[in-house]
Amino acid sequence: MKGGFLTSGYGPILIVVAALAILPFGFSANTTLNFLGFVLIVTLAAQGWNLLAGYGGQFSFGHAAFFGMGAYGIALAQVRFGLNPWLALPLAIALGALTGTILGYLSFRARLRGSYFALVTLAFAEVFRILANASAFTGGAAGVLIPLRIDAANFQFADKRSFYWLALSFVAFVLLLTHWIARSRFGAYLVAVRENEDAARALGVDALAVKLKAITLSGGITAAAGCLYAQKFLYIDANLAFGPWISVEALLAPIIGGIGTVFGPLAGAVLLLGLGEVTKTFFTWLLGGAVPGIDLVVFGVLLILCVAFAPRGVLGVLRRIVPAFRGGRP
Amino acid sequence: MKTAPLLCCTGITKRFGGLVAVDDASLDVEAGSITGLIGPNGAGKTTFFTVIAGFAEPTAGSVSFQGRDITTLPAHRRAEIGIARTFQIVQPFAGLSVRENIAVGAYLRHPGREAAMTRAEDIANRLGLGPMLDQSAGDLTVAGRKRLEMARALATEPSLLLLDEVLAGLNPSEIRDMIPVVRAIRDSGVTILIVEHVMQAVMQLCDTVAVLAQGRMIAKGRPAEVASDPKVIEAYLGHGAAKRMQAQQGASHA
Repeated sequence: MKGGFLTSGYGPILIVVAALAILPFGFSANTTLNFLGFVLIVTLAAQGWNLLAGYGGQFSFGHAAFFGMGAYGIALAQVRFGLNPWLALPLAIALGALTGTILGYLSFRARLRGSYFALVTLAFAEVFRILANASAFTGGAAGVLIPLRIDAANFQFADKRSFYWLALSFVAFVLLLTHWIARSRFGAYLVAVRENEDAARALGVDALAVKLKAITLSGGITAAAGCLYAQKFLYIDANLAFGPWISVEALLAPIIGGIGTVFGPLAGAVLLLGLGEVTKTFFTWLLGGAVPGIDLVVFGVLLILCVAFAPRGVLGVLRRIVPAFRGGRP
Repeated sequence: MKTAPLLCCTGITKRFGGLVAVDDASLDVEAGSITGLIGPNGAGKTTFFTVIAGFAEPTAGSVSFQGRDITTLPAHRRAEIGIARTFQIVQPFAGLSVRENIAVGAYLRHPGREAAMTRAEDIANRLGLGPMLDQSAGDLTVAGRKRLEMARALATEPSLLLLDEVLAGLNPSEIRDMIPVVRAIRDSGVTILIVEHVMQAVMQLCDTVAVLAQGRMIAKGRPAEVASDPKVIEAYLGHGAAKRMQAQQGASHA
């Protein structure tokens, strides 16, 4: 419980965030900044997943449902209703959170657990994807284009670093939030529900309420990632916003980084997307042309390696071999 | 004047399809007592216990606690009003330490982390789990897990503790160690209802024993009275057993 500033509590979070914040001064290339910004968006989506699945044990295969709600929410609020994106941001996050509450209420009240819950979340994401692809309101298959008006007041930045720092502040906020939750009564109840729901209920834990709170927060966080995605690329369609790719990355990052840990999603997203990028570049250099999908092969191999040799993820391995990391477990 | 019982179960019936697991069974638990619930295998003890703990609703009948009807109150709300239970098949939070396990119970009355952790330590020490506080709950021995079950339940600061076969699976010396622990819990002011197979322990611990056989309450009284009740002997040993035993005793006395 007691530990140095460096190994426990908020110390490591501040150090990691500070290190990430000065990163743009080292790389000025736009491609690098674009890549880092994308890593942070995936991290944020994965942090949402980690709260529900890593701490609460409710494995979702459909976090795209929340990501897409955020992305479409902020985009349509601007395009259809003329709202300022900064105003649309909290609304879109709230929409994601509300989607979480409803989805959670429907499936947790019916006592869906394990793979049944996972399948229901997957089904929801797919239904949203099909609806968004078909409806005229969401722009159908053509998607939504957010008009280019570069202005900080319009959530569009001339300097790529501004977007990076904004995304980093979201990630930092969720790191702190996760750390705080992990040490709170709510966090203890969430983990208790994950470990054994009946035993938790016998100790006075309202399992349904705890799971609903978790999925609401989770939905909101992942929707925030969707908002950032929409504002970064200024274009979304059904497959980008509600497609399985983000559901998969949101769960792969924490599993590879360290499930149910504060830093797991960040470590996993960096490793996953970093290795994916390196592999793509390497094969392009080797064969003289891009090999589509080669990064997905890397994801698959990483997942198999983790499941087989590092069930607690990369951070779990580090903690085993480097004593300095040991105190960091919340 | 006699005070009203802490827990009153009246006419509890629980059916699973065509099977009547508990049939119109009633039981009162006096405040400050250790009450035992015994019966042969398949008598419906666990079903009855599950109904009291709020993990199953009875088909008919009612449960009241401190004069309040709680028949339909969900399990987590029962914990809030002061009823705690253990599980026959221990259910530790295996991924957590002993301290964190007990703290989940302590959080019910102590929302702050420091207070809950301190409380967890106190209770662990009382139940002899002090040296294992930082051990993972999954690494405990069977006896350790049984103690952890009780510690977690006690951490919710109940006025009624429901113990479901906490002695099952323990060896004789572990049972001997556990009996004073249960007694100390009662002496600290917690009423106990214990479902138990280990007769030696029931006889030593309980003030009152109720016997359930084929879903019906067939006897109730002091342990010694119940043990010599012909109906109870027949329920355990089969029809006619009481007569045969009497005859044998008569023969050996002659």
